[in-house]
Amino acid sequence: MSTPTLEKSAASAESEAPAHLITVTFRVRRFNPEISDQATWQDFQLEIDPKERVLDGLHKIKWDHDGTLTFRRSCAHGICGSDAMRINGKNRLACKTLIKDINPSKPITVEPIKGLTVLKDLVVDMEPFFQAYRDVMPFLITKGNEPTRERLQSAEDRERFDDTTKCILCAACTSSCPVFWNDGQYFGPAAIVNAHRFIFDSRDEAGEQRLEILNDKDGVWRCRTTFNCTDACPRGIEVTKAIQEVKRALITRRF
Amino acid sequence: MSAETTTPATETVSLYDVDNPAPVIAPPRARTKKTPKSTRTNFELYGWLFMRLSGVVLVVLVLGHLLIQLVLDGGVSKIGFAFVAGRWASPFWQAWDLVMLWLAMLHGANGLRTVINDYAERPKTRFWLKNLLYAATVFTVLLGTLVIFTFDPNIR
Ligand code: SF4
Ligand code: FES
Repeated sequence: MSTPTLEKSAASAESEAPAHLITVTFRVRRFNPEISDQATWQDFQLEIDPKERVLDGLHKIKWDHDGTLTFRRSCAHGICGSDAMRINGKNRLACKTLIKDINPSKPITVEPIKGLTVLKDLVVDMEPFFQAYRDVMPFLITKGNEPTRERLQSAEDRERFDDTTKCILCAACTSSCPVFWNDGQYFGPAAIVNAHRFIFDSRDEAGEQRLEILNDKDGVWRCRTTFNCTDACPRGIEVTKAIQEVKRALITRRF
Repeated sequence: MSAETTTPATETVSLYDVDNPAPVIAPPRARTKKTPKSTRTNFELYGWLFMRLSGVVLVVLVLGHLLIQLVLDGGVSKIGFAFVAGRWASPFWQAWDLVMLWLAMLHGANGLRTVINDYAERPKTRFWLKNLLYAATVFTVLLGTLVIFTFDPNIR
């Protein structure tokens, strides 16, 4: 479709390309239900600085080659969590993945994250993911009167759940989980991480309720300690460890 | 009239268009507002604990069993009716085999239940696979228990 223009721009770029640019093939998984019911791979040749990110490559494609390429991104700096995608078979944030780090001599594959409905190209329906997030009640729950000043907490108490406060809800972990791929009823790592953040918060008083929710048949016991989530998390959260801590809390509560 | 003749021509280009998009490919068993239903039991907790504890016990039981059956005292060639009869004369070995039978069967069945839950997508497939599994487990456990308790060395 856009191949002729591609070749022309690639050829003209090659003759005058500055030395720091390299040629990279982006192999992008395209799906457009308004054209076909099949997803296909499409290759794009780019002249790009290897120190740029995959997101910059996608921008280049969208802005200069094929404006129909659809993907989510907002902050472009690893904060908003909207551009998690499967890059070279691993879930990552496109805005935090440098091209030089993922072997640009081979084609770089870019796919939507797995286990969620693909709406178009790299955009997936995040609703089931956020439903699981809402189901663990990710907000402070307390009893009694509102205090007149802030709720104080010791540094140690804060440290207890520090790791899980870093989540940006990108869904990289949940969509890397083989249990979630096959059974979307599973809460998934991200929901458990965000439950962990409140269960171990000394100021929160609904830890019991959340533990009860995660004790059910689609809760933490479905975790198979595959560690895909820990590998995938762009914030470096020890996701599997958080899930195990919830399991331990459930067991010590019972015995 | 002219408008009517042009519409079929565009339709042959693609089956789908803006007003008639292709069905999107939904993942298996997606979560909705209403699912999963809460069961409020500790079944999965106990199942998980059972797997850990029975696993530890089974390491001793199974490795011991294999050592006695296959390695010590002439190895596998010694096993015969007389050998089994001799061992089951002692209540200790009866108990050993009984515990091993129950733990191994339940451990294995629970493991397979997990596999079915993970990999069988359609509810009907799950249902029947699990029923088959439970039937096979109950049959094997009961038959084994019966044999251990009613074993008669002077049979025939
Ligand atoms: S735990 Fe990590 S991978 Fe999972 S949603 Fe949060 S930031 Fe993303
Ligand atoms: S665009 Fe916001 S995290 Fe990548």
